[in-house]
Amino acid sequence: MSFAFTPEMWRSIFPEIGLLILAIVLLVFDLIWLKQPQMRARWLGWMTSIGIVLIMGISAGISMPQGQGSVEWGGMLRFDAAGFVFRMIFMSAAALTALFASQFEALKKRGEFYALLLISTLGMNLMASAADLILLFLAIETTSLPLYVMAGFLTRDDRSVEAGIKYFLFGAITSAVMLYGFSLMYGLTGTTQIYELRSAFQAGNLPVGLAELVIVLVLVGFGFKISAAPFHFWAPDVYSGAPTPVAGFLSTASKAAGFAVLLRVLQIAFAGQGSLWTVLIAVLATASMLIGNYLALAQRSIKRLLAYSSIAHAGYILIGVAADSELGTLSVIYYLIAYLVTNLAAFGIVNLIESRVGSDEISALAGLNRRSAGLGLAMLAALLSLGGIPPFAGFFAKLLVFAAAVERGLIWLVLVGVFNAVVGLYYYLNVLKVIYLHPPVEEKEVFPPTPAWRIALWVCLAGILLIGFWFAPWYSLAQAATSAIWIY
Amino acid sequence: MQFPILSALIFTPIVAGIILLFLPAENRVWIRRIALVAATLILLMSFVLYFTYDVSRGGYQFLEEAKWLPQFGIHYKLGIDGISLPLVLLSGLVIFSGVLVSWNVEDRPREFFSFLMFLGASVLGVFCALDLFLLFFFFELAVFPKYLMIVVWGYPKTREYGGMKLTLYLFIGSVIALVGTLAIYFGSGLRTFDLLALEQAGFPAEFQRLWFPFVFLGFAILGGIFPFHSWAPDGHVAAPTAISMLLAGVEMKVGAFAALRVGIQLLPEGAQYWAVAILLLATINVVYGAFIAMVQTDFKYVIGFSSVSHMGLVLIGFATLNRDGLLGAGMQMFSHGVMTALFFAIVGMVYDRAHTREIGALGGLVQKMPWAAVGFIIGGLVSMGMPGFSGFVSEIPVFMGAWQVAPLVAIVAILGILITAAYIFLVVRRVFFGEIPPALDQSVTDISRKDKLVIGMLALVMILLGWFPSLLTRLIEPGVQSILALIGGGR
Repeated sequence: MSFAFTPEMWRSIFPEIGLLILAIVLLVFDLIWLKQPQMRARWLGWMTSIGIVLIMGISAGISMPQGQGSVEWGGMLRFDAAGFVFRMIFMSAAALTALFASQFEALKKRGEFYALLLISTLGMNLMASAADLILLFLAIETTSLPLYVMAGFLTRDDRSVEAGIKYFLFGAITSAVMLYGFSLMYGLTGTTQIYELRSAFQAGNLPVGLAELVIVLVLVGFGFKISAAPFHFWAPDVYSGAPTPVAGFLSTASKAAGFAVLLRVLQIAFAGQGSLWTVLIAVLATASMLIGNYLALAQRSIKRLLAYSSIAHAGYILIGVAADSELGTLSVIYYLIAYLVTNLAAFGIVNLIESRVGSDEISALAGLNRRSAGLGLAMLAALLSLGGIPPFAGFFAKLLVFAAAVERGLIWLVLVGVFNAVVGLYYYLNVLKVIYLHPPVEEKEVFPPTPAWRIALWVCLAGILLIGFWFAPWYSLAQAATSAIWIY
Repeated sequence: MQFPILSALIFTPIVAGIILLFLPAENRVWIRRIALVAATLILLMSFVLYFTYDVSRGGYQFLEEAKWLPQFGIHYKLGIDGISLPLVLLSGLVIFSGVLVSWNVEDRPREFFSFLMFLGASVLGVFCALDLFLLFFFFELAVFPKYLMIVVWGYPKTREYGGMKLTLYLFIGSVIALVGTLAIYFGSGLRTFDLLALEQAGFPAEFQRLWFPFVFLGFAILGGIFPFHSWAPDGHVAAPTAISMLLAGVEMKVGAFAALRVGIQLLPEGAQYWAVAILLLATINVVYGAFIAMVQTDFKYVIGFSSVSHMGLVLIGFATLNRDGLLGAGMQMFSHGVMTALFFAIVGMVYDRAHTREIGALGGLVQKMPWAAVGFIIGGLVSMGMPGFSGFVSEIPVFMGAWQVAPLVAIVAILGILITAAYIFLVVRRVFFGEIPPALDQSVTDISRKDKLVIGMLALVMILLGWFPSLLTRLIEPGVQSILALIGGGR
């Protein structure tokens, strides 16, 4: 078999090449030119972020896939709109996180942090477009290993180290289980190519029970990445222990990557087993919503609250997956976009408060409205968007997810979802009450955040509002990605 | 192209609310001025609508349509008919009064008036929406202003409880209605949220019977339907005056209106199937609400429960599904909105000066604030359906409608009105007449000129309507006729 490089192949991995180069450039700059910590603190975040934005811009110009998409690199990579949209999601999250990190004392001077962030994003990009189980596994590990380090980045802080190790152990175990599932898939069918697995599975000559086992094993790994119950135990500890910008990144980009893989593998490889996995997913969704929301009620730390809320949101998004329809896939992607800006804004504000007040208790937010009306409003927007209230992003996202399930007649799941949304609103409003009603813990009025942080927050807020009532562009993006997944 | 007056109506408060948020917090003068200007504009525009609506043509007028998300069947579509126009007018009146009675808010007036404006935009949006999604969007837009205004500016003892209770009840209602709404969206097969198209969708009977309770009850929770009414008194009492006025005066109508527009108009067969159940619940509303109001010792709770009782009449009117009942319900929504806004305004004025709402601790206030006393008595007369006031012309058609379908309901509901008369007289006598407690004699002063303006304006509306019911019936009648056409000529 002759092998020749085509322009398509390079175009299909342009963003990854860009990220890799950017990471190397950053490390070199960090070592050679930026000697003073002050300089590093000022420039590293900007360089990372601007670099990513450049890569995104060029990718939109040259590596926007046309039509149905194609398989590149000998069947390893799928070059399609779904991969493209998800890449944009991950890279936006990384760019915003790099800016938010400039507000975090222990991160902003460390070039290696930004390099790790980029490598992890690179892994996510590959996750979203992998068409082969081998590449998929490598991509998941490329994503996860830097994240383990980032979670445990504050080596002098016990909680951060604990977070890193806990995350690593959970990740390693679930990866192993998932890999076992992958190996069974290969053993049963003789191929690792996701698109070929589809026909192999549909041929229907599998031993009874094995396909089911494979699906369960694989779901363990994906469930860990999206922090769905019962694979969620790491999330609260990791979110509260990890540096706050990292927690924000984990809860948005990493979760989105998990969903990208989940969608592609379930909708492509296991398309024929829909009746089985939709039930499993619906159960996971219910468990995640219930556990996430009810445990969030009791939290005193805002980061832990956001962690449990993020488990609950995984549950809502899974409703869209369980719908197993085009609208379902579309709703998942729309939700991920909305959740990205919302949760990054929330973690960004918590990051700032934490750096001023030195506590991540909810009570540290007391009187935020009096201390800085703008920040109070920003938090209001983020919390209400999480709660699914218009005109913020979360409203339409939730509506789409529920609509997808209603369309498929999953009324019971929708009812579970909407009642959970009520519970969710309860604890978000309670935080809002602390912000608006309770007297401030200290009278300091000023919050001088870094310019980078400020810009990132503005971008997130603009996103929360725009996604909340200007639906068309995001809907079209999600639609394009959906039609790339639903090609059969 | 005609001037998009409905959009202007909805976006005036939104723009004002946003401008307010960007003003410096110390600039109280301009904060109030902007709020007042916006409220005046809303009131003026609603009067313009009232006078330019073409009754002879009927139907939906001032239509506006723009693409929003056509792939998903979402349009920005506005229009008002004879049912919604009085409610728009009501909103204009109450928002304007609400700004005036809140003139002296001390704590963070910028946020207060801004949220008040957002709440106003939400109610106006619901009344004008002709797209189910748009209606929902505006419906839920009210969540955060309601919650924050009660919790931050409300009555310190109960605000956290009352605010959360109210918000969660209404959110539960709205999400249940959302499920029903989505079912309608997919069930119609049209893939559109356009209300006018959905009205013609012709849903199968079983479908209507299954989903009617979801949408009707979901929205009617905001209308205070028994047994989901208990948020109303607690929420109204906990809220600051202007918000009590808006909540009881307008928001409860939002719930009833949405239940009518989405529940009855889209699923008429479902409505017929469930009409008896609604009649029963609504009758309990009327009687139970009145009895509970009678035993309250807190002035504001009396009014809170009276709202539950009076909203029962609106729901009875809906459930009759005949011309008289629906006409009465339309009138009662307006009349009760004005009346209860007046009541809550006066309760707020009394509380601000006497610093208590215990009926036992009040007395003889007529000497101190005659305007408030007269206003309250007028409101009371409306409330008990005295001829010459708007209550009479709206309650009588409801009873007439009820008599045609279930005479027993009419009889029981009329008994409820008797109880209303009893508690109103009781409150008037204890609060405004009799011996004035010495402590109050010292401290209580007369109400301000702005307060008098509010009382005068609202009282005048109720008296005018009592003498000239055709001021509104001429609008509501064609609206009712088009609903009856959907139901199939009525029963």
